[in-house]
Amino acid sequence: MSDEAQPETEPEAPVGNARAGITAARASLADVPPEPGAPKQDPILKATGVRRAFGGLVAVDVQHLEVQRGTITALIGPNGAGKTTFFNLLTGFDRPSRGEWVFDGRRADRMRSYQVARAGMVRTFQLTKALTRMTVMDNMLIGAANQVGERFWAGLIPPVWKAQEAANRAKAMELLERFKLIDKREDYAGELSGGQRKLLEMARALMLNPKMVMLDEPMAGVNPALKQSLLEHIKDLREEGMTVLFVEHDMDMVHEIADWVAVMAAGQLITEGTPDQISADRRVIDAYLGAHHDAAQR
Amino acid sequence: MDWQFVFSQALTQAIGPTMLVYALGAIGLNLQFGYTGLLNFGQAAFAAVGAYGLALSVAAFGLPFWLGIIIGLGAAVILALLMGIPTLRLRADYLAIVTIAAAEIVRRLFRATVWAEHTGGSDGMREFSDPFFELNPFPPDATWTLGFISMDSGRLIVDFGLFDLQYSNRDLWVMAVGWALIAIFLGILGLLVHSPWGRVLKGIREDEEAVRSLGKNVFAYKMQALVIGGLIGAVAGFVFALARANVQPDAFSTDFTFYFYIVLILGGAARLFGPVLGAALFWFLYNIFAQGLSEAINSGLISTDIINQTQVGPLVFFLLGLGMVLLLIFRPQGILGNRRELMLDVR
Repeated sequence: MSDEAQPETEPEAPVGNARAGITAARASLADVPPEPGAPKQDPILKATGVRRAFGGLVAVDVQHLEVQRGTITALIGPNGAGKTTFFNLLTGFDRPSRGEWVFDGRRADRMRSYQVARAGMVRTFQLTKALTRMTVMDNMLIGAANQVGERFWAGLIPPVWKAQEAANRAKAMELLERFKLIDKREDYAGELSGGQRKLLEMARALMLNPKMVMLDEPMAGVNPALKQSLLEHIKDLREEGMTVLFVEHDMDMVHEIADWVAVMAAGQLITEGTPDQISADRRVIDAYLGAHHDAAQR
Repeated sequence: MDWQFVFSQALTQAIGPTMLVYALGAIGLNLQFGYTGLLNFGQAAFAAVGAYGLALSVAAFGLPFWLGIIIGLGAAVILALLMGIPTLRLRADYLAIVTIAAAEIVRRLFRATVWAEHTGGSDGMREFSDPFFELNPFPPDATWTLGFISMDSGRLIVDFGLFDLQYSNRDLWVMAVGWALIAIFLGILGLLVHSPWGRVLKGIREDEEAVRSLGKNVFAYKMQALVIGGLIGAVAGFVFALARANVQPDAFSTDFTFYFYIVLILGGAARLFGPVLGAALFWFLYNIFAQGLSEAINSGLISTDIINQTQVGPLVFFLLGLGMVLLLIFRPQGILGNRRELMLDVR
């Protein structure tokens, strides 16, 4: 592999213009050894010694993890491996017992959840959190960052925020078009189907212009027809230069879209690698099926 | 039995000084509960610190009236911060528990005998409303007639034929100020709830974790809503104290808070005009039941063997309670609410 593998990804990369993102992403990971904690060329997220204990139970104890910028990274592991807890820690929705991480050059382990989002790391939830008694459009608009009108005194004076609101609305229309929710824009979000809510949540996250999108089980409860379109949307994020980290159970999906896979078991990061390397890794099979399954077969 | 009298009394009350107190308190609650989803069960305490802030300043410490108003508002802000700082980061029900307890603490502090020389203990205080009524532009001795409207030595009578409205000149002054305040608060809230600021509040009501994940400082917004709603609650306390020209600690019991909730739910939560309509309807129904039953017993229409005058009070509350239950069954969104919104599957 050559050194042209430097990630070319810029936030403003053209959409659908070939699939430059995937090539760059795969290339940037080509020389990374499939080991837990393997260093990456240009990590957007670098976490060290992250530990979260609930009383005596250590839910997460990750020594080191780096996430390569511009890639789609999957975080997999059996139930109870600590994936979602780790996710919550990284996004500020839970506090670590200890550990530190740097996101996009900034220490992020002391940030509160809303500060993490403002820094450019936006998450979605396993159980979709649509704002049900608000319209789809309002769900989108609330996502926009740095809104003047969200300050109390400015809110009282419409001329101060009308122009920005119009720009946000135009952006929301674009995203709703792309996520095929445009016809639903005046419906209450609570009237959408489960799959449409997933789409809305992802579209809403994009209103913040995130650098990194964190998807917690994006495929949970989504019908197979919608699954394919959701996968395409996730791939589009990479084409636009965003980094994606997602938690998932479905190995088929991981194979289809992930450039890199990190595997957790019992709170620890047990291995990393490309999807093919991971499928062949004994430790992963052991983690999922139990270390003694071989012995039982003998 | 004099139906005209009963009906006139009830209508007079429906837009009168007491109704204004309920409307103002519920407007504050609407911002907190209706729009932001904060379960503030201590609105009576905000009204109490407002009323006592004013009464103590003027009657006990001889401070100017306007300083008393500022002290009352300041006390409401402090109360909101005291209740909000420890609880607003926690789950919603913690606020409910803390506010209901705090409201009782406030009432008992004002009731305490320790400071009775200042606060009057359970008897409360008077003689603080004179500066307010000195500003009264409605003269106590005016007499004139203009079509169906007439003034009879300071008493306004609006005669609609089938019924009439009657207010004393003091009532008129309280009502002029009260309705002006309602117009101002509804104007401000109308701008706020239709702004991006209001959108964040509604988002918090729906799911605060989601709003947090979108980079909003949820705690700060909840605190703003609690403080502003509490300030409006304190204003309700001013109007209450001034209309009656006295304050009594037991008037600010938990019931008071729940009347605000009844008014809000009756009118329609998260609807701008819900509290005003709810307060008018609630106070009209209360008066028509109370006056009607009382009149019916006096005129012998209902025999005192069935109910007597002293039983009217509890029976009216029973009837209002029944009405509330029927409302929640058949129109849970309130008068102005949107049923489609309420029936959404909240997953």
